[in-house]
Amino acid sequence: MKYAFFPGCVARGGTPELYMSTVQVCRRLGIELVEMVSASCTGAGVLQEKNRKLGDTLNARNFALAERLGLPIMTICSTCQGVMSQAKLRLQDEAYRAEINQVLAEEGLEYKGATEVKHLLWILLEDVGVEVLKHHVVHSIQGLRIAPFYGCYMLRPSDALGFGERPERQQALETVISLVGAEVVDFPGKSRCCGFPILTINERNSLRMVAKHTGEAKDLGADAMVTPCPLCHLNLDGFQPKAAKQRPTGIDLPILHLPQMLGLAMGMDSEALGLKRNIVSPKKALEKVGVRM
Amino acid sequence: MQIKLRVRRYNPEAENPAPHYEEFTVEVEEYQSVLDSLLHVREYVDDSLAVRCSCRGAICGSCGMRVNGHATLACKTKVVSVASDGGTVTVEPMGNMPVLKDLVTDMKPFWDKVRQVTPWLQPEGPEPEGEYVVPPESMNHLNGVMACIMCGVCVSDCTALEVDSNFIGPAALAKAYRFAADPRDGEVKERLRALNEYGGIWDCTRCMECVEVCPKGVAPMDLIMALRDKAMAAGFTNTYGARHAEAFSDSVKEGGRLDETMLAIRTIGFFNVPKLLSMAPVALRALAHRKLPMPSPFHAPIPGVHQVQRIFGRLEKKQ
Repeated sequence: MKYAFFPGCVARGGTPELYMSTVQVCRRLGIELVEMVSASCTGAGVLQEKNRKLGDTLNARNFALAERLGLPIMTICSTCQGVMSQAKLRLQDEAYRAEINQVLAEEGLEYKGATEVKHLLWILLEDVGVEVLKHHVVHSIQGLRIAPFYGCYMLRPSDALGFGERPERQQALETVISLVGAEVVDFPGKSRCCGFPILTINERNSLRMVAKHTGEAKDLGADAMVTPCPLCHLNLDGFQPKAAKQRPTGIDLPILHLPQMLGLAMGMDSEALGLKRNIVSPKKALEKVGVRM
Repeated sequence: MQIKLRVRRYNPEAENPAPHYEEFTVEVEEYQSVLDSLLHVREYVDDSLAVRCSCRGAICGSCGMRVNGHATLACKTKVVSVASDGGTVTVEPMGNMPVLKDLVTDMKPFWDKVRQVTPWLQPEGPEPEGEYVVPPESMNHLNGVMACIMCGVCVSDCTALEVDSNFIGPAALAKAYRFAADPRDGEVKERLRALNEYGGIWDCTRCMECVEVCPKGVAPMDLIMALRDKAMAAGFTNTYGARHAEAFSDSVKEGGRLDETMLAIRTIGFFNVPKLLSMAPVALRALAHRKLPMPSPFHAPIPGVHQVQRIFGRLEKKQ
């Protein structure tokens, strides 16, 4: 298994622990990563607000770079996955792709339309496979109660995310939580917005979303939350102390990146998974299941 | 096939009005909708069940409700698409609006918001003797939004409205676009000025719930994005939202990938000291956890950034 690794801006910026834990977990699982160092930002939907064609061209450039490597793209960000999937869907139109390729041609690039874009979450279940995962899991977090939090663009728009052929992707996070031996804490907020996109625009609303979702999961008995999206992580973890002021009982819910949760279940060292970089410390929650950090 | 309908019940006039769930076992045919099965319950099992519906053909927009957690038109949703034989279908009233009884919500807040965007044409100049004539192609972009049937499904699942009832919401903003993008309208600038205010276009989180649930393919979020672009083009750039959009674009253009710290500072504004100071504890916490991204000039551009810049150069001008 070999992928063109697209970490995205945030894993290379505000959430270095996601990058670290991804590299460590993939190495252990035998997933070979060739990092796309010259790939650009996907536009995150923001660039597309002003100029969709520009956003699609930047994504087509990334796809063309992956095609040169002859590898499918692996993402570790719900937003990158969603934005790339939407661009890929639009670029299936041959006339539109030809128009975009005219721009790329001036850079000596061409997107032929074949690049596959897959989030680590889907790769775990579809390419690595349940049996291999089970083999690697040593059940060190068995009994931990974990709430899933997807990030909007891993679920919407459904027509771009391959749910027609693979409806099980809509429960992928719950499936992985169960596979690692933890208990799923289901809650309605799992598919909602974390508030990150409006953090600097309307901070009050953004923090209300953080408090609502983390508080709801906490009230249902969650020990931790897991997310495949670093943008959600930045808000739910980084801004949780600020949002906690909205609740008389506080929140204190550790937010794990997907590979952090997986790495813990595989018995990996908390240092290698960057757990000390999480703002809300998972220390207490992990002690409950006998994991020290 | 047989299914269980798990219906949220609420009757404010009951002795114990607390909302609760009730289950009904129903036989359904493959062609039947969730609405059909609810009407079966009302006709033959419990005539106190309150359901609002009219056309049964996804035209009138009366039967909006949540099916398995997502808002939809019950008449347009086949039972087989949401449950298998022996399965359970959970039916609840729409969200983000008061419930009158069982599955019937009060649409007044919905209509109030629609009225708030002045949902009629305000042409300028003297009234023509006949119709206002425009070439058909100048109206094509409005075909999608004019398919809106005002069912409230997008409003039900809007994540911004969930935390702030002041937000105008997707349906009313789609309606606002319908007039702000009409070539005959003479009050576009005033419309955009109002939409630029608190509760308007910049409070959308871009979560895509409205795009996903809309039964008529209106894609309200895309229209909110179009309104943002129009507002910025009309000169309304002194907002956090507009600065964020500009700074985001500049950041990708300059480095190929985001300079997150500088993006936040530029969105907030270099001289907005109180707001910058309010962010300081978060930044310090991130620094203490060795995860504060270094801003420019320490933020290294990607190899191949010149390609990205040339693409910007070619496509930016063509907006």
